Amino acid sequence: MKVRAADFLEYDKEHGSYRISPEQAVRDDVEKHYWRRVGLTIAKDWRLYVMLIPMLLVFLFWRYFPMYELLGCFKVSDNVVPVSQQLFSGFSYFKRLLIGGDGLSIEFWRALRNTFILSFYGLCFGFPIPIILALFFNEIRSNAARSVYQVLTYLPKFMSTVVMTSLVTMLVKQGSLTTGMGIVSQFLSNIGFVSPEVANAGLLNIPSFFRSIYQISGIWESAGYDSIVFFAAIIAISPTSYEAAQIDGADKWAQMRYVVLPSILSTIVIMLITRIGSLLNIGYEKVLLLYNPNTYVTADVVSTFANRNGIGIGAGVGIAAAAEMMNNVIGMLLVIGANTIARKASDTSLY
Amino acid sequence: MKRKLEISELVFKIISYTLLTVFALSCLYPFVYAVSASISGRQAVEYGSIVLFPKEVQFDAFARMFGDNMFWNAYSNTLFLTLYGTLWSMLTAILGAYALSKKRLLFRKFFNFFLVFTMWFPAGIVPQYLNYLATKDVFNAVGIMDDKWLVVIAMGMAAMNIILLRNAFEGVPSEIEEAAIVDGASEFQVLSQVYIPMSKSTIATVALFFAISRWNGYFWARQMLSNSNEHPLQVFIRLRLEQYTDPETMAGWNEAFASDSVIYALIVCSIVPILIIYPFIQKYFAKGVNVGGVKE
Repeated sequence: MKVRAADFLEYDKEHGSYRISPEQAVRDDVEKHYWRRVGLTIAKDWRLYVMLIPMLLVFLFWRYFPMYELLGCFKVSDNVVPVSQQLFSGFSYFKRLLIGGDGLSIEFWRALRNTFILSFYGLCFGFPIPIILALFFNEIRSNAARSVYQVLTYLPKFMSTVVMTSLVTMLVKQGSLTTGMGIVSQFLSNIGFVSPEVANAGLLNIPSFFRSIYQISGIWESAGYDSIVFFAAIIAISPTSYEAAQIDGADKWAQMRYVVLPSILSTIVIMLITRIGSLLNIGYEKVLLLYNPNTYVTADVVSTFANRNGIGIGAGVGIAAAAEMMNNVIGMLLVIGANTIARKASDTSLY
Repeated sequence: MKRKLEISELVFKIISYTLLTVFALSCLYPFVYAVSASISGRQAVEYGSIVLFPKEVQFDAFARMFGDNMFWNAYSNTLFLTLYGTLWSMLTAILGAYALSKKRLLFRKFFNFFLVFTMWFPAGIVPQYLNYLATKDVFNAVGIMDDKWLVVIAMGMAAMNIILLRNAFEGVPSEIEEAAIVDGASEFQVLSQVYIPMSKSTIATVALFFAISRWNGYFWARQMLSNSNEHPLQVFIRLRLEQYTDPETMAGWNEAFASDSVIYALIVCSIVPILIIYPFIQKYFAKGVNVGGVKE
């Protein structure tokens, strides 16, 4: 905005000079007493601000202070000295991770690639299946039958990650001289999907099976539950839309394409944004519980890499913080990017 | 034309029923198998001859577990963390969300951003761990808290839940609040007598989310609670799994039941309470917020 003299000055005929206009004097006054007015407003409504305090403190202490610890990625650390007393060392940790050329850097690139692959597969398989399930649920006309199906498919969601991974571990566990292998491994080797030797070694010990186990158990766990939101969008469609389409000669597939899909598109977009936003925060807990040194090749993700180096015996806190910093920055760019695209494309956005 | 419609509808119906049945059965099967394996005899479990129904039924694995003090201890720790954790999270979340829902709150945008930013940019595991260690030192120095209380206070705060609550509070019609203020209600009375009763179902849903995340909490509980007496159920299950699937520790196992049966029994015991509560809490997942009460 262009500021013109006439906005805040006026001509004083008596003295033949310019002076500050009365409007500007009021504005100056308002400006001068800004913090006073803020104080008064807060004092009047102090109860409201007191209510806010516990929440702000919790977030400050356990969400924002860790971000300060994250700055350790720019500093020299030896696990003992607090971040505030360390020296700024530039990007040495980042350099070491990205172009270090040693085992650590190779491991980091592997973890970054695994993170992307695991989350990308999760998006490809984990995202459409709940939508398809919701379409199927919609086909069941009897409410009682549908409830039974829905309750059965929600069931795995009510297990904790630990219980779910324990169950998976037991179902595909290795066989030994005295004990047989897990029931799922047995089934897979009986139908010839995997060779008996491989199944006997324990599928969780074989790198090439980790991704499938991770995705299938993920779908098994949450597809039913994730379908709730899509199902709610589908039953909200008015029956008259279907009737109109039928009169126009639409068969089932055409109805899907021209009635159902457009009606649930905004739900799909919102869920997709949420999904992409948390793309890189893939369940580190689940990976941590399912992987072992044998499967690091395909299973190790950035969070577990950082966890091993920062908390366990590893390359140290600085390296771990640098790895997580990169993960976070990419993740944040993804959220903002997905949101911007969604806003431009369909007027639906989350934030 | 009509025929084509009927055929496509029929085909789609058959496909849906078949695939749904397969998926629903595959969701159910592992639980049935876990129950069967937990009450089957050693031979049947170790040679993997159980497919669906239990063989050589025994209840020794359950008896062994119920006789274990650590198991009950872990259960009571989980109940402690879930109960107090949910109460604390709900207290801070309701008060904060109420304040945020008020248009007259100064710096409202800033406070909202303060919350939402933590969803965009979570600090990560290792910085969080270092921060917990630092706050642990502070708490220990004050001398009023043990690790359990630190876990209760520090964990399980989710910006998403607060935003859900805030949106529900924003949906409460201002006419009702004004009427309450005219009748002489204070700020806290407006919250407790108007806002909370009017957003009951959202509050129940959010409380459920908090409770589930507390009940399921594993990683931080394991990192922060170093004393095995303080371990909640999830940590207990994991430690047992690590112990019982290690061939070396299990070499000397000479009970009448398989060591796997104990793990399956643990899994069953951790799911059953949730299945019992499930019918009562189920509606809060599906149901939206009921807004009403004002007639213009």
